[in-house]
Formats: sequence, structure tokens, C-alpha cells
Amino acid sequence: MSGPPPLGLTIALPRGALFAPALALLQRLGIDTHELESNERRLIFPEIGVITMRPSDVPTYVEAGAADVGITGRDVLLEQSELAGREGRAVYELLDLGFGRAVMVLASARSEGEDPARRALRRLGVMRVATKYPRIAAGHLERTGRQAEIVEVKGSTELAPIAGLAEAIVDLTATGRTLQENNLVVREEIVVCTARLIANPVSHKLKAQALDELVQRLRKDGESNGFQG
Amino acid sequence: MIHPIPSGTRDVLPEESAELRSISEALRATFTDFSYGEIYTPALEYESVLARGDLRALEPAYRLFDHSGQTLVLRTDMTVPIARVVATRYADSEPPLRFCYFAHCYRRVRPERGRPRELLQAGIELIGSPAPAGTAEVLTVLVRALRACGLERFRIGLGDAALYPQLMSELEVPALLAERLLDALSRRNFVALSEELDRSTLPEPARELLRDLPQRRGDPQPLLSALPARAAAAAEGLSAILALLEGDVAERVILDLGLVRELGYYTGAIFEVYDPALGHPIGGGGRYDDLLGRFGRPLPAVGFALGLERLHIALAGEERGENGGLP
Repeated sequence: MSGPPPLGLTIALPRGALFAPALALLQRLGIDTHELESNERRLIFPEIGVITMRPSDVPTYVEAGAADVGITGRDVLLEQSELAGREGRAVYELLDLGFGRAVMVLASARSEGEDPARRALRRLGVMRVATKYPRIAAGHLERTGRQAEIVEVKGSTELAPIAGLAEAIVDLTATGRTLQENNLVVREEIVVCTARLIANPVSHKLKAQALDELVQRLRKDGESNGFQG
Repeated sequence: MIHPIPSGTRDVLPEESAELRSISEALRATFTDFSYGEIYTPALEYESVLARGDLRALEPAYRLFDHSGQTLVLRTDMTVPIARVVATRYADSEPPLRFCYFAHCYRRVRPERGRPRELLQAGIELIGSPAPAGTAEVLTVLVRALRACGLERFRIGLGDAALYPQLMSELEVPALLAERLLDALSRRNFVALSEELDRSTLPEPARELLRDLPQRRGDPQPLLSALPARAAAAAEGLSAILALLEGDVAERVILDLGLVRELGYYTGAIFEVYDPALGHPIGGGGRYDDLLGRFGRPLPAVGFALGLERLHIALAGEERGENGGLP
């Protein structure tokens, strides 16, 4: 290992939809991401201060101080803050990185007549909602005064209404194409999600200089790139 | 056979217990040197009594009923019970009063490392000594006590709970927006803070100040000398404290203008203890000049509490040379 990592910080990166734009961002900061791109099995890259993980684990590592900063989606933060109760995850949300834009929607099957989810609610008093985001879904339906039975699934949510597991789904969609292909229609937009830079509360104080420098550079990058990743 | 214990609690066996004891002995020796007398109070208190503090931020983990149907809670901290003791048992005593304690407290939290539902706290309360002298004394005890335990790389983040609200009222921020900004700050969400300000009708210089100030943290002198005039006035209280600190204490202090402690009863200076070997604060405290008044004996007060288990984790981490993040 040669010298300290270039930013003086340990960064948690999500392996997932945000990985490619996050790498592009690191490249623009002058970090050599070659090894990150070419080696999918390696998890730790001490030479550039990067650790990689499943997206929903990023706040966990950052909150515990195992990483100083992390890149994660607002969807992950929202889902986990509902998990942690009103206090939320104990991390700083420092910057909207702008990339990875997607919308959390409530969708149901296309139909000639009434929206099947609405019909279930009217006639059966409750709609069944399949989702990978049970807390965001439950919170949204509670806030809008509707009874729902939340069905948590881990894989493709789109299957649920087709197979008759649920009348509706709550899921993240970037282009709407997958929904369309599965004959689903967006009924409600819940929240717009983008990538966020988060920081551990202790690192935020004890590594303030390195952190502020990173934020400055990212902000400048966002201005010149229109936050497009 | 499995005989479970309640979530967030744990057993402490002799080896760990011995280490915890040596830490608490070092703390106790320092507290005693500064004339803080150790006290015990009941683990159970009437909920109506503790509610004079802030039970919304410090949610009790356990509630019970006594034989007459009164609601009891296991105490959530020692600050409120000590306020009760001062108002009842020391009603006529000449201040200042100095107390220290080593006690278990119980909070409804998501159990995780160093954050149990039953937590062992060590702390002091200084009653009847106003800012800045009282605050400086408590910070001095804090630094000396941590050093006595052998903790080496800790820093104290010092802020002021009144600073941001005061600035907002000077800038005539509408009440509803002010509440939202404070909420974003307490959730540590600078993105939400920025969005609220962008949506507001405040003039741009005010927005910029409100956005920028809570992100200022670091070594006191450069930070204070770079403050815009309006913010510098609000930070005068912090300068007054710093001026009273001796060198070995001052060198541990960083200022943090974005620091918001979640407790509703803090009125002025607030602080947290950080160590690079631990991802969470080890403890913290602040001024609570109104709390004693709620018990009928209005006196200014200040104190701190350390999580003994967290302090232990940080000491062990320092021993292993942990620095947060990758080795």
C-alpha cells in the first residue's frame, strides 16, 4: 500500500445502480478508479480509500464510523430513517449529488375501468401493496389516510400485481420503462430520489477539513456538470 | 436452555467489569478533586416528575405502575432527578452546588453498539454557577477526567443551543420556517436545510448566512476571526468561555456552530465528546438554565454525562490504534 488515500477519507460506495455514476464522479476528482471497475469481487481498495458494498449497507457503515463518508440514494436513507424512528440514521446528509435520479411511485395494473388498487380499497377496505420499501410505502399510505396491507418482496416488484399477490406496488423508477413493459401505470408520485453524500458525525467534526474540501470539489463539479454524473 | 434478557440490556462479566471499574475510579478521583459529591437517586421516578425535563427527546424505555396506579418510569438521565433533589433537599442551600453520579439510565433507543437501552452514565452537575465561568469549570473537569482515564485523542465540540435561534430571530425568519430549519439541523440534514432556505422568501445574504453558519466547525481562533459580523455577535458567549480555559483544556476544544443537542432543556453552551476511535460521541452536556426553575428553585446550571461503555470502547480502540475508516 502506498501512502494515504487521496482524499484522506474512507468512502463507502454502493455496488448497484449508483456505482457507475459514482465512479465517474471519483474519476473527475482525479482518483484512479481502474481497479474498482475491473475487479468486481474485491471489496476493499485501501490505496484509494474506498470500500464497496450493497447499497442499503452504506448508511450502516457510515453511521458506525467504519467509513467517513458514503454515497447512497435518498430512497435508502428514507427507508432506513422510517426504520430508526423519528431520530433517523445518525449521519449527516451533506450534499445532493444530483445523479441517479428516480421517482418513488405507487403503480397498479393498466385497466379500462377503475384503478384496481382503488377498487380494492373501496370494496374490500384495504389495498395490498407489494414493495421493497415497506416503511416508505406504509408511511405514504398512512399519511394519505388509506388502509393497506404491505407485502415485502425482495425481487422484481412488477410481478406482484400480475400474479395476483397485490393490487399495487411501491417502487423506484427512473424511466418508467419496466413498469410500462409489465403493463403497470404510475398512479402517484411519492418522492424524488437522487444520490446523496452522507458523513459520519464524528468524522464530520474530526476530519472537517478533508470533508469540507471534498464537499467543495463535489459542489464545483456539480455546477460544471449540471449534477448529471 | 435459553433464558432471554430484555432487548438492549446485557450482562457484564468480571473481566469487562474490572476494566469499567478502573475507568470509573479514574473519573471519580477527578470529580472528587473538583469537590463534586457523589449522589444516588431512585432508579424509578414518577413520570409526572421526569416530564418536567424532556421526555419527548429522552423517551423512557420502561414504564410501570405502582400499587396505587401511578405511572413510574425508569429514569432516562440523571440531570432531571438531580434538579429534583436540588429543589427539594437543597431548597435553602447556598449555591453553587456540585454533584457527580455513576448510574444506569434507561432509554427507548434502537439497540446498537455502545448504545444500549440500559446505559451506565458518569457525569457531573454544577448548579448555581452561571455562564461563562460555570461552563468553563465543567469543561475543565471533563477534559481532566478523560485524560485521567487514559483517553488521548479526544476532542470536545463546543457550540451554543441559543446561537442559531438567536440568529434566526435577528434575521426575522418566520416561526414556521424557523421550526423547519431547526428540525433539519437536528436531523443533521444539510440538504433539507438548504432546500428550505431556497424555497423561502428571505433575502439572499440571510439565506447564505443561515446555510453557511452551521457548517462552520474547527479550531476556535481561525473560526472566530473569520465569522461575519452578525454571527460574531451571536458567538460572543463562546468566546467568553474560551477566554477562561487553561491551555490543556483549550487545546481539546473545537467550535461547532451547527451543534444542536436533542434535549429540549438546553439553553446555552452545549458540547459533545468525540474520539477518532469511535463513530459516535462518547458523551456530552450543556447549560440548562431554566430546568431548575421548573422544579421551583430557579438557578442556572450546567453539566455533562459520559457513556461509560462508549468510553470503554474508545479506550480499547485507541489501544488498537483505530482511527475510523480503513487502517
